[in-house]
Amino acid sequence: MACINPDGTLTPSAKKVLFALRTPGTQSDVADLTSMPMYRVRVSLRELIEAGFLEEKNVGYKATEKGIAQI
Amino acid sequence: MSDEVVQEVVRLPRLNEPAPEFEAVTTHGVIRLSDYEGSWLILFSHPADFTPVCTTEFMGFAEIYPELQKRNVELLGLSVDSVYSHIAWVRNIEQNFGVEIPFPVIADLNKDVATLFGMVMPGESTTETSRCVFVIDPKGIMRAMIYYPLTTGRNMQEILRLIDALQATDEHQIATPANWQPGDKVIVPPPKTTEMAEERAKGDYECVDWYLCKRDL
Repeated sequence: MACINPDGTLTPSAKKVLFALRTPGTQSDVADLTSMPMYRVRVSLRELIEAGFLEEKNVGYKATEKGIAQI
Repeated sequence: MSDEVVQEVVRLPRLNEPAPEFEAVTTHGVIRLSDYEGSWLILFSHPADFTPVCTTEFMGFAEIYPELQKRNVELLGLSVDSVYSHIAWVRNIEQNFGVEIPFPVIADLNKDVATLFGMVMPGESTTETSRCVFVIDPKGIMRAMIYYPLTTGRNMQEILRLIDALQATDEHQIATPANWQPGDKVIVPPPKTTEMAEERAKGDYECVDWYLCKRDL
């Protein structure tokens, strides 16, 4: 996975995404806050949701408690 | 036992039709074509990692990447190599040439994406992808396709020019003449009725004849 190292720790880009989503935000918000291209944001969001670090909210996405603990 | 041979017919991409969706392992994680919605995408294939022409091309693509980003264009490479081979090659290019490869590369070991896009030309090689370039617009529509043989490296300035031409066409509803470069006059679409042709001749265009009129952008 691009976001999660084999030992379970998160990559720097994954941490940047989680940090940007301490409060709810959209894909565009994350792209703006992290300076990552949109495709990379979408890849990261998908992986972090699958691993339980993020959850989808009405307006976009937010870090879960498990995600906050990683920041 | 029947000797019947079952052949799967794969429909290749065509211009102005949706590019086929895929999900693939890349050097930047698992990427779907739909992840690029809202951006232009240049999906390109190369024959193999650690080969000379491909190395020069990768450095060429990296060189024009900032210009592409200004135009809302992303790059996505592909070859029939493993992700480990891609990582090693990308690191090797950085070590030997000081060029960072900023875009992801698909590890298409089972040729799923290559088959979907018709990147393997059996007359050239059955194990490598040819030098294909697919330009996909922000709505996922295939807008241009270029194929180069294994022996000929691509012209990065032509790829930039193609993007500029496509974007100018979309923005201004014009066409571009041979060898057009940004700043040159563009072609006004030919009139479709005699009345429109007469109007065109009186208009503020540079017309050689009613069917060939140019204007500034």
